[in-house]
Amino acid sequence: MTELRDLARKLLAEGTVKAVLGYEEGPRGLRPVFVTRAEDADKLVFDARAVQNLVTWLNPRRPHVRRLGKLAVVVKACDARAAAGLIRESQVKRDDVVFLGVRCGGVGTDPMGPAGVTPDTVAPRCAACTSRVPTLADHLVGPELPAPPAREGADDWLARLDGRDHAERWAFWMGELERCVRCNACREVCPLCFCERCVQDKSQPQWIESSPHLRGNLSWHLTRALHLAGRCAGCDECSRACPVGIPLGLLNRAAARTVARRFDYVVSDDPGVPAPIGAFRHDDAEEFIR
Amino acid sequence: MSFEPKVTAFVCNWCTYTGADLAGTSRLQMASNVRIIRLPCTGRIDPLFLLKAFERGADGLIVSGCHPADCHYNAGNYHARRRFAIFRELLDVVGLDPARITFSWVSASEGNKWREVVDDTVERIRGLGPFTAYRDLTPPAVSGAEGPSATIGGAP
Repeated sequence: MTELRDLARKLLAEGTVKAVLGYEEGPRGLRPVFVTRAEDADKLVFDARAVQNLVTWLNPRRPHVRRLGKLAVVVKACDARAAAGLIRESQVKRDDVVFLGVRCGGVGTDPMGPAGVTPDTVAPRCAACTSRVPTLADHLVGPELPAPPAREGADDWLARLDGRDHAERWAFWMGELERCVRCNACREVCPLCFCERCVQDKSQPQWIESSPHLRGNLSWHLTRALHLAGRCAGCDECSRACPVGIPLGLLNRAAARTVARRFDYVVSDDPGVPAPIGAFRHDDAEEFIR
Repeated sequence: MSFEPKVTAFVCNWCTYTGADLAGTSRLQMASNVRIIRLPCTGRIDPLFLLKAFERGADGLIVSGCHPADCHYNAGNYHARRRFAIFRELLDVVGLDPARITFSWVSASEGNKWREVVDDTVERIRGLGPFTAYRDLTPPAVSGAEGPSATIGGAP
């Protein structure tokens, strides 16, 4: 922790960055904070409650953040993947941001949860995590932490879903999506949803019905998952932000699984690797095409 | 009354549409359940079009374009191939049977293949039965759904 604070203090004092985006102790667990003065660097905290993906503040849809000037951002490895996505897609210039990578031992599901991880509190995505040290980082801080405890994750749930027939899967998803109120929290929290005008907001013609009923909900969430295929960093913020608890990360994970199997591509925090959508190989499998 | 499937075909202008045209000018007999929508390229076919067709009550869909290496725009079909590979498996995950969609490459000279694609698709959809699950996910009925004039009582 002192390492992170000292680094932030130094960066702010020497004027390398105008603000450090990190986590602070709030009334309801850890919350994001913009530290703009060197003397406030002691506010910064990082532990298993650092659930939020702060890279979402780098999203170009948030020009007020950009107006702060050069920013340093505290990133876990999963957040770094999202940041790499923004750099890869020319939404963020690599030199405009200083990434303060933290070695991660897994986080919880709730910023108000315990500061350590237990099999009951660890986020499902952390159990299957293979990259707990961000390579995109300009500075790497924090001690080496043990791997998070195992628990059931998205892949296990998907495997269980695969075992059901179409009618049962349909019933499952309809039961989930029925609760969607179209608040767009999933879109707003997503670091990679940066379109200035979302297809869902288009009304002439209206491709996706925007009132909260199942038909529009299904079209929206399918389209969202498709637009994130091969791009989603797997931070699961959509699932966390959802006020009605729809496991949206599952759909993204399903697309990621397809992309990994068919195109041999796994989202990494190396912005130099091109995304699988927008690229192709002449010998891509086409067993489903006659 | 027997079930007649409603099939929508999204085809590219340069190969499949021309192939379908060839089938027509060759007087090939085929199922008449298919409504063709012509687009510049398979790369222009947004998966949203397919969702929209299901929303509006299509029982089955055909997506067809130029064979690999034949695309008029060089690479549109390669991009489409990747996109639909993912889209198809996503549909499978949410429980929508991907067998309701036929993907095919039909070139301008393959009028016979187009007939086979159409006939096979229509027969398969006939076997699967009507697809109303998507269309019927309609909004809940609200009072006054007839429009404001019905409830207020005034004429527009």
